Amino acid sequence: MEILNNLALGFSIALSPYTLMLAVVGCFIGTIIGALPGLGPSNGVAILIPITFTLGLDATSALVLMTSVYYGAMYGGRISSILLNIPGDEPALMTTLDGYPMAKQGKAGNALVLSGVASFVGAFLATIGLLLLAPILARVAYLFGPAEYFALYLLAFCTLGGMASNNQAKAAIASCIGLGIAMIGLDNNSGLPRFTFGNLHLMDGIDFLVAIVGLFAIAEVFFFIEGHGKSSSIGVKLDKVTVPWREIYITRWTMLRASAVGFVAGILPGAGASLGSFLAYMSEKSIAGKDGGFGTGVPKGVAAPEAGNNAAAGGALVPMLTLGVPGSGTTAVLLALLMTLNITPGPTLFTDRPEVVWGLIASLLIANVVLLLMNVPMVKVFVRILQVPAWVLLPGVTMVSFVGIYSLSGSYFDLLLMVAFGVLGYVLRKLDVPTVPVILGILLGRHMEDALRRAMVIADGDLMYLFSSSISIGLWIAAVAGFVAPTFLRGVLTKPQRVTD
Amino acid sequence: MISDRIFGLVVTLAALAFIASATQVQTSFLSDPVGPKAFPMMIGAVAVICGIFMILKPDPDPTWPVGKTLLALMVAVAVLVGYAYSLKPLGFLIPTAITAAILSYQISPKALQAILAGLGLSIGLFLVFKYALGLGLFPFPKTWFAAAS
Repeated sequence: MEILNNLALGFSIALSPYTLMLAVVGCFIGTIIGALPGLGPSNGVAILIPITFTLGLDATSALVLMTSVYYGAMYGGRISSILLNIPGDEPALMTTLDGYPMAKQGKAGNALVLSGVASFVGAFLATIGLLLLAPILARVAYLFGPAEYFALYLLAFCTLGGMASNNQAKAAIASCIGLGIAMIGLDNNSGLPRFTFGNLHLMDGIDFLVAIVGLFAIAEVFFFIEGHGKSSSIGVKLDKVTVPWREIYITRWTMLRASAVGFVAGILPGAGASLGSFLAYMSEKSIAGKDGGFGTGVPKGVAAPEAGNNAAAGGALVPMLTLGVPGSGTTAVLLALLMTLNITPGPTLFTDRPEVVWGLIASLLIANVVLLLMNVPMVKVFVRILQVPAWVLLPGVTMVSFVGIYSLSGSYFDLLLMVAFGVLGYVLRKLDVPTVPVILGILLGRHMEDALRRAMVIADGDLMYLFSSSISIGLWIAAVAGFVAPTFLRGVLTKPQRVTD
Repeated sequence: MISDRIFGLVVTLAALAFIASATQVQTSFLSDPVGPKAFPMMIGAVAVICGIFMILKPDPDPTWPVGKTLLALMVAVAVLVGYAYSLKPLGFLIPTAITAAILSYQISPKALQAILAGLGLSIGLFLVFKYALGLGLFPFPKTWFAAAS
């Protein structure tokens, strides 16, 4: 009953015409962002945060807008996967495996509609899961003291590092870079400057938005310059779009199973949507067996990864809202948004600001319906937008990034930092060093240090306090396992290669 | 091989410098058991270990851009730095058109197309930012019209 009351509160906020309008706009922009190759959910949301902030929207509105963009981007990623064989974002990679062959057989319209429905099922079930699970987890989160939080942050770094890279040392270095950057500025406890080298611009620390936009958006521009926009290939033509009822019907169990798998993968800290779609595809492939024809363009192969990736996107919101620990790169960006809006995620968010949480959940449900309605009849519009050439798109992304960051602080120093982060992001990605842990480090560094210092104040400097509760011991074990296990699983969990023409 | 070794060395040295710099952090009389130095030094220590690990066990080299591509990237960085400095004194339209055109040319080297992309993006984005989103941008250098009025 409590949940129904809360939902009613949420819908009373989300159903106002203004919020509804924001959700529709967000879904539209998000689908475009997801569909355009080179702009994924992470960098798409990242470049929009500064602009949303300067628009002066209140917390709920901004959150509704940006999460609609986030869900929209998850939907949109499939369009370029299916038509161009280029994943619009990383989680959409698995959709290319069956989506593109299906499109080549002349069933592009079917693949697009089917994947749209699968996205809807995944995202819808995940949102239901979120609204059931998040309040429970929020109650558990009250048991967390500073020692548990320290272990939890460590867990996030370890699993994200373990998943994101093929080389544990590189992932750890990326986390250290981020954490080190977070240390710059005034110390929270003593108020004395650290690592500022007397530079006044560095006194306030480095704004995480500057780092995010630099590492994600500007670095992407450098990659396009390096490739001279070669990846913009000509895809498959889309003729008529009809609703393939039969294919939706035969994939119904696939969608449900893939949603469950994706949701669980999304909840795990650091795993995120890529793992969700991957696991969903692989499990459906083994259920279907050799005769399933996965990889040749079967409907199930399109439905599974799409339901999985959208379910994971919803699942990733659970740890982000209840514990303040993001489950993926994009949720890290959403955490940055919350922090910009002065909302501290965590268990207290559910009691102190119920209107934010439930308004968000209600608008996710609405966004989902909007996306389904938008994506089936209007898919042709999005396909048209997909034809924006890289030589217009990437300069445009750069300009939006610059204006966004510039309007935050009005200082050229942040812009220079952003370019520096862009170069850093380029070099790191070239060296196969993941950039998401860097972001996570910058976002969580201060919190992690505070947790450690508060734990030590409570325990009067006794290090064993960090392992004093069963929750924290469990988190430490999970952290070590999450960091080490991928090394052994690498042989089993190799990603299938993309389909080549 | 060599890329990872160099990167590992850079990380190790930077981490050592970071630790050295952490020892210089002032402590106040209001201190907690951990203090402001310990956590940064822990980060530095982890980074040193990982850096050394990378020197000892490097991955295969990526293909680095050479020649023209490298030049194009360097030009892009230089242009972006220039853009960062010029956005405030020169207003939005002119630096944006120039920067966008150069970036566009670097991605697809066709001069006319790049100039059109630059002009279009500059004017289009200005209209969107200024009138649709209401951001406070100046189209031209402030001094241009200050003298006339």
